[in-house]
Amino acid sequence: MASHSSHTLHGEVHHGFIRTYIFSTDHKVIGIQYLMLALFAVLLGMALSVFMRLRLAWPAEKWPSLEQVFSVGFAGGQMTPEFYLAMMTMHGTIMVFFVLTTAPLSGFGNYFLPIQIGARDMAFPVLNMLSFWVTFVSLAVMVSALLVTGGAPISGWTAYAPLSAVGEVAGPGLGTGQTLWVISIAIFCAASLLTALNFLCTTINLRARGMSLMRMPLTVWAWFTTAILALLAFPVLLGGGVLLLLDRIGGSSFFIPGGLVISDKLIPHEGGSPILWQHLFWFFGHPEVYIAILPGMGVTSHILSTFARKPIFAYKAMVSAIFAIGFISYIVWGHHMFMSGMSPFTSMVFSVSTMAVGVPSAIKTFNWLATLRGAQIRFTTPMLFALAFVSLFVTGGITGLLLAQPAIDIYLHDTSFVVAHFHLIMGVAAIFGIFAGIYYWFPKMFGRMMSAPLGRIHFWFTVVGVYAIFMPMHFMGISGAPRRYATLTEFTYLQHLQPVQLFISIAAFITIAAQFIFLYNFFVSMWKGEKAGMNPWESTSLEWVIPSPPPHDNFGEVEPVVHHGPYEYGVPGSPTDFVMQNAPAGSVAS
Amino acid sequence: MATIVTPGTRQPQEDWGGDKSPPEQGAGGERRKLRRYPPTHTLGVAFAVAAIGMLFIALTSSYVVRQGLGMDWQRIPMPRILLVNTAILLVSSISIELARLALRRGNQQISNTWVFVTLVLGLAFLSGQVLAWQSLSSRGFFLSTNPHSSFFYVLTGLHGIHLAGGLLVLAYVAAGSLRQLQASPAGFSGWADLSPDRGCRWLDGTAIYWHFMDALWIYLLVLLFVWS
Repeated sequence: MASHSSHTLHGEVHHGFIRTYIFSTDHKVIGIQYLMLALFAVLLGMALSVFMRLRLAWPAEKWPSLEQVFSVGFAGGQMTPEFYLAMMTMHGTIMVFFVLTTAPLSGFGNYFLPIQIGARDMAFPVLNMLSFWVTFVSLAVMVSALLVTGGAPISGWTAYAPLSAVGEVAGPGLGTGQTLWVISIAIFCAASLLTALNFLCTTINLRARGMSLMRMPLTVWAWFTTAILALLAFPVLLGGGVLLLLDRIGGSSFFIPGGLVISDKLIPHEGGSPILWQHLFWFFGHPEVYIAILPGMGVTSHILSTFARKPIFAYKAMVSAIFAIGFISYIVWGHHMFMSGMSPFTSMVFSVSTMAVGVPSAIKTFNWLATLRGAQIRFTTPMLFALAFVSLFVTGGITGLLLAQPAIDIYLHDTSFVVAHFHLIMGVAAIFGIFAGIYYWFPKMFGRMMSAPLGRIHFWFTVVGVYAIFMPMHFMGISGAPRRYATLTEFTYLQHLQPVQLFISIAAFITIAAQFIFLYNFFVSMWKGEKAGMNPWESTSLEWVIPSPPPHDNFGEVEPVVHHGPYEYGVPGSPTDFVMQNAPAGSVAS
Repeated sequence: MATIVTPGTRQPQEDWGGDKSPPEQGAGGERRKLRRYPPTHTLGVAFAVAAIGMLFIALTSSYVVRQGLGMDWQRIPMPRILLVNTAILLVSSISIELARLALRRGNQQISNTWVFVTLVLGLAFLSGQVLAWQSLSSRGFFLSTNPHSSFFYVLTGLHGIHLAGGLLVLAYVAAGSLRQLQASPAGFSGWADLSPDRGCRWLDGTAIYWHFMDALWIYLLVLLFVWS
């Protein structure tokens, strides 16, 4: 394309350090920048969850050493409920936006989408760089909310109005902290829109010769669908955010009802509707869940096929299922609001559409299982994580069918059952997709292998750990333990659950400790790992036909020409058991 | 010197789908991909338009819901100047089309003139919007006065911001073209930063965006003062 500047056509070009590694327009550098941003965010979000687990397991404990660091949050040595709520809000926000949205979509997508379709770069490289740095600014603003007077907001990652709209009167952190939260999210929306637009244009227009739509790897399909979701969902959150910000600082009343009394003060607004915010938020919020999980599904499909050494079962059904999930995700948002007051007819519509998500999800799951059936599976680390993804997807998805029914949801709403559900399906499954992607693509990104024994140790600690954390939460939720409460010991009917809380906290701390095995493996392998060849996994897609790590312009002078589908494993008549996508057409009788 | 690709002509999309294997590349032939339709820039603008459309759909639904709540919805009077602004914006849509037409015929000088006319009209529209806000606030209608005035400021403000973005791109196109004209006033050999082909595509994309801004403005006007 003429939009590529001329230097990309001539191999390595040496800019200064800043142009190469910081303000780079190379999609691979930007992909790694996104992954590093997500790594920082996930460590921060994990640290915040440690505080939550401390409070829940030992509600009355005094922590004098922590008091010296957090004089307000640990006033008197004990963690204040407000501090707990601030940790909860920021944990959710940082994880959902800066980890689950950035790493699978912007991180891996940036790095591998152009290579997998045989392009040299994204359609708009400068815009791509801009998206990353706008995301960076957004994260900086979000982190600064932790540091301002009053601390971080306490309104949850959903920032429900009117709590989030009325300002400091409703609690610490709802002043400056909440304002920064809204601004950060608005900036994030803008950045995500630019990324989505770039992904869509790249996928549609920059495919190599022969890379027809039905020859695209399922990862590309997943990123493409996710980009459509992001393109149409984030503007709604942006619109809601603008209105929320104006309610906070402009004196308008979009979300604040009249006659509201908070902390014995009459709030001088009238006529707004808190439920309007919920509609706007969840119209974004539900597609957002799929923005987090769809790339994981793509990666899982890709990896299962690779290490089962079999073509993915029913490729076209997989593509249709991705689209079906994406489409249905737009018509289910009301299931988050069964408790907000809604006509039984409306809730029935949302209930049916929600359960309909089960159909394409089941198609995907059965196709994954059919792919594995009769396969000689290579149990590499990425394969283990991909298999666990399927397990977590089923475990987390099943409870979604329960919660989709208003009668059950009204009982389980805002209990830890819901916490367990969305952590398993959206948090942990998506994180397993990220881990699978990192273990799978690390050799390509850094030219070295990660340690397999360390990977296995990391895997087993993590998979057992997350089940140990989240399975008991289902039972707590059924027993009626509410979420978002800093103290549950004051309810007699919940006192017998305290040992479970303790168990969950200990399981969480062990699981968190196991993540340092991963960090060690990741950073040490980057320099000391065994050298990886061009195609260590004997995989077929286009990223494996170029050196590891790929050169600046990916394919150099020779543009790839694609002759094969993405999952040609176990091909009869082929000297190897797989056929690269760019292998000449006549080379095997397929 | 690069040959000018006439941006208006459609080139047939390369057949590369299905199970058919692509034709092998000729030796030393066009190594890069063929241009496909729609061009990437047009596609990019189309997606941007979709996203901005979603933003205003979300705000419209909020508008309708908020209007149906409570008794505090008081319709504010329409500032007369909005009609003038509308006329200005409609004319600017014509002028940007004239700029495209001139460029398609290879006449950069005339195209440039129309780009500048569009720029001036865009700035005039924005100034007119500021006057409309001033006229409302002088009569005591502020952002916080009532929900209708809140939505008026939100919708016109967001529209203005997006239109200003279009103006920036237009200014970029105009500046590049001006630099080139100064460098070689004799003829059209491409922009300094923007190659002729790229320049055309930038102008094409901006024009789509501009018409969308125009249509969006009419829509907002109807929503704010006819619907309510």
